[in-house]
Amino acid sequence: MTHPMVRAEGVHKSFGTVEVLKGIDLQVNSGEVFCLIGPSGSGKSTFLRCINHLEKINAGRLYVDGELVGYRQKGDKLYELKDSEVALKRRDIGMVFQRFNLFPHMTAIENVMEAPVQVKGASKAEARERATRLLDRVGLADKAGNYPAQLSGGQQQRVAIARALAMDPKLMLFDEPTSALDPELVGDVLDVMRDLAESGMTMVVVTHEMGFAREVGDSLVFMDGGVVVESGNPREVLTDPQHERTKAFLSKVL
Amino acid sequence: MTVDVSKTDGPGATPPAGPEAIKAIPVRHPGRYVSAIIALGLLGAVVYAFAQGNINWGAVPDYFFDDRILHGVGNTLLLTVLSMLIGIVGGIVLAVMRLSKNPVTSSIAWFYIWFFRGTPVLVQLFVWFNLGLVFEYINLGPIYKDYWSSFMTPLLTALLGLGLNEAAYMAEICRAGLLSVDEGQTEAAHALGMSHTKTLGRIVIPQAMRVIVPPTGNEVINMLKTTSLVSAVQFYDLFKEAQDIGQNAGSTVEMYFLAAAWYLIMTSILSVGQYYVERYYARGSTRSLPPTPLQRFRAAVLPARRPKGVTA
Repeated sequence: MTHPMVRAEGVHKSFGTVEVLKGIDLQVNSGEVFCLIGPSGSGKSTFLRCINHLEKINAGRLYVDGELVGYRQKGDKLYELKDSEVALKRRDIGMVFQRFNLFPHMTAIENVMEAPVQVKGASKAEARERATRLLDRVGLADKAGNYPAQLSGGQQQRVAIARALAMDPKLMLFDEPTSALDPELVGDVLDVMRDLAESGMTMVVVTHEMGFAREVGDSLVFMDGGVVVESGNPREVLTDPQHERTKAFLSKVL
Repeated sequence: MTVDVSKTDGPGATPPAGPEAIKAIPVRHPGRYVSAIIALGLLGAVVYAFAQGNINWGAVPDYFFDDRILHGVGNTLLLTVLSMLIGIVGGIVLAVMRLSKNPVTSSIAWFYIWFFRGTPVLVQLFVWFNLGLVFEYINLGPIYKDYWSSFMTPLLTALLGLGLNEAAYMAEICRAGLLSVDEGQTEAAHALGMSHTKTLGRIVIPQAMRVIVPPTGNEVINMLKTTSLVSAVQFYDLFKEAQDIGQNAGSTVEMYFLAAAWYLIMTSILSVGQYYVERYYARGSTRSLPPTPLQRFRAAVLPARRPKGVTA
């Protein structure tokens, strides 16, 4: 279980002159639920987006499953990967967005079928059967024919999770998956994530749900100002924070 | 946020028994009667003036289905379809060029749009028509070589003039459509491992169509009318045929009325088609599609009939 799925070494990221990540070092082990918490603007979402190369890092090294993200190393020279090579690697990394980002012109089941058919070349029948099972798994078998606009936020987010799972990822990234939801809909989404965690999926979760982090998380990192301030077992960090900034943050959100 | 499918509020539904309905004297609007009378009076005056005019109305039905007119209608439609095809394909290419990260292609596209939108289409038509004055031959190496005058037929002049001009307008419409799609859509597609081409073709363009289609429908209708300009470069479209008949038969104005009637018929048919195309691309953006005119007609005429399995 100690095989590292994600390894970051001194990761830096700037947008123009604003440095958002100022040297992140961390390791996510295979099968682990890894929670990232911190105030807004702390860089946690940016770091998550670096993992599947939606953002390019400026310095440091980032590895997923032992392979460098976005580059190929030959000797001591780095070569940028071609778009097609980046796309190939992204197949193995599922991502769930804060704003769902379902494809509005497709029904729920078409959303889930899209990537297996278009990217992996699966047959439609095969993809439909698998999509039906995945929608059933997230409790939405009866909504397969609905368009996203006909679903509640919580339902849309569960379809988005099923869509990411359809590619059989070895790593799932969650970018504040419950932040855009009405409070009474948060529970359904967290249930699906809990279920996924129990099945052994490696998950990196940016979240404000401290209850979820404490209950399901295996590791937790508190970020602030683009650096990792404190990390460890979520139950320990959340109940007995060692650092002043962690204490200040937790006193506001708990 | 559930959608109640069985909800019906047609005229068949009975209002719930509640407190007594309010009966009040409605506010009077005398101004509306006055304005209606003035408008009707002006309309009557216009109709009267035309009725008094020395117009041989009989010539219109006589020539309405004349072979030359039908030939002109066919040419007008052909020119509209082909010019729009050139315009749409060219517009997509130009829009992608303008949005590309390559500064050379985006500048060229900008220049093209600047030039073709900035000059009148009639001037462009004349330029194409008269290029033979500066080029004696057209020489495409081993593929094609001919005199310019026999190469640049009226049809080709018309197609180039209208199509290339239209491409500039379509480029701006397509660009606006592509930019209207949320960036999160591209990100989601990329995160699933879709390539740029697949993302554009499967995710971005279908959503951009909702923004692109309505103004494109207007462009088609505009194009149908703009084709009348090509009579100036000797292309025998509806307007040119009507003009010729009018001059020979001594019924100039009557033939203009006839042409106007044909243009109205064709644009009306296009408007109906546009409604259905827009409805198709609206799927997913609204919770339920608006009814088609046919469905609305059925609902109004046959209020008692309901689909099986749906109870009021």
